Amino acid sequence: MIDFSDIINFSDYDQLIPLVFNSILAGALLAIIGGLVGVFVMHRELSFAVHGISELSFAGAAVFLLIGLDVVFGSVFGSFLAALIIALLGDKARDRNSIVAVLMPFGLGIGILALALYPGRAANKFGLLTGQIVAVDDPKLGAMAIISLIVVVSLLVIWRPLSFASLDQEVAVARGVNSRLLGIIFIMLLGLAVAAAVQIVGALLVLALLVTPAAAALRLSSSQILVPILSVLFALVSMLGGTLLALGGTLPISPYVTTISFLIYLIARGIAWVRARA
Amino acid sequence: MSLLQIQSASLAFGERTLWSELSLSVEPGEFVALIGANGSGKSMLLKAIIGSQQLTSGSISFFGKPPGKNNNLLGYVPQHRASDQGLPLLVKDAVRFGLDGHRFWFSNEKDADQKVAAALAEVDASHLSHKRVGSLSGGEMQRVRVAQAIISRPKLLLADEPLSALDLNHQQRISELINQQRKNLDSAVIFVTHDLNPIIEYVDRVIYLAQGKHSIGTTDEVMRSEVLSKLYGTEIDVVRNQGRIVVLGAHDHQHHDEEEWS
Repeated sequence: MIDFSDIINFSDYDQLIPLVFNSILAGALLAIIGGLVGVFVMHRELSFAVHGISELSFAGAAVFLLIGLDVVFGSVFGSFLAALIIALLGDKARDRNSIVAVLMPFGLGIGILALALYPGRAANKFGLLTGQIVAVDDPKLGAMAIISLIVVVSLLVIWRPLSFASLDQEVAVARGVNSRLLGIIFIMLLGLAVAAAVQIVGALLVLALLVTPAAAALRLSSSQILVPILSVLFALVSMLGGTLLALGGTLPISPYVTTISFLIYLIARGIAWVRARA
Repeated sequence: MSLLQIQSASLAFGERTLWSELSLSVEPGEFVALIGANGSGKSMLLKAIIGSQQLTSGSISFFGKPPGKNNNLLGYVPQHRASDQGLPLLVKDAVRFGLDGHRFWFSNEKDADQKVAAALAEVDASHLSHKRVGSLSGGEMQRVRVAQAIISRPKLLLADEPLSALDLNHQQRISELINQQRKNLDSAVIFVTHDLNPIIEYVDRVIYLAQGKHSIGTTDEVMRSEVLSKLYGTEIDVVRNQGRIVVLGAHDHQHHDEEEWS
């Protein structure tokens, strides 16, 4: 029988919080970049590419773990490799989807091979796939902070021309926007965001932070200002809510995050549906 | 100084020449119609002016610089597409893109909101400001497109089949609007169309593209049976009726020729 007091137990909550302070910070950073990057993932129809990049990010992390190198670097390495391949080869949506579909199982396979060969504890291994909350030490938090800073600042710099190119490409190109270059820069930023997300929520569930919040926001608004704000807000609620709930028990963090994220999406759809009928 | 100079420009893809040795200078305030059958390279000529298509030979200069360097001086009205429907973009934001959407960081144009409002008022579309682009009708959308193109007060307006998918009434309104803006801004217009009639009274010059060849001149000089017959290399009848021009025979031949290519 499942003992529910194991799964949900908030008795030592006040003592737990300081222990996972790093995780909460990392989660907040992740929510911010996930929410912002997600807006353009939706605009540029890259949802499937996110999934593909996350599997290669997982493979990179697993291989680096096996050969004794830093997992975050491995994650970034795998992400960049996938992002580069997708950016350079997958110019058209049709090509891109097939390239992602080819890369994804390959990345997953490499990752599983590396994990199978890795002599360490199994629980650590599968954290890369399904997420882990306790393993955010100071160096890892530092790496996450640097990644977040790069992603947010770069995104703010290219925000407007990238929006223009994503939503109105033909006119943007006519007005002198280098749509192709911006697309490549964005997919590299996406790669960084995915690499950061893999550390916390795991490769399989990255979409819950990089796609679902933005998708929910776009159900509610088409405003250039409101959509990113809502998207970040939804990602923060999912991530921090999920972290705080996960603390009260033995379950991994990811089911909480994905469930909250999914519920927000359902509510957003519901509101959009009611509005459309009104 | 001519604002746009095209010198012996040629574009070919392998064996297939779209146009060659095309020379043209466009003066401020001039209305140029660019006509030809599907696949004759009209849009490619616009792309070459924008700088997103390399010429095979020849050169283009826009305000003294090669294509792609002065694009903030041009306005662009694209074809209406039904695929814009699900787009999460508000009309006012779309128009704003035309003003400073190409700029990095958040370097705002001064009085941007007032300029957006003024541009929308100019095309009689103020009431659409907060609507989603996807919810507009074809005629409304093209009016918004004109507002987006004129908001930066461009020296050259490029219109790539802005009338396709519009009914006759809206074709006239959008043509009139573009012509009005040309006068207001004293800008030149290059207007791609497959039917000259909606813009016939505004046009100063016609570029007719066909079969890898072209003819440039006033409407009366180009839209003649012998000129078009020579271009197509077959018998073409240009019939005039109450100020309208009908070209007979061109379509049939073009169709035949496309079959040869495929």
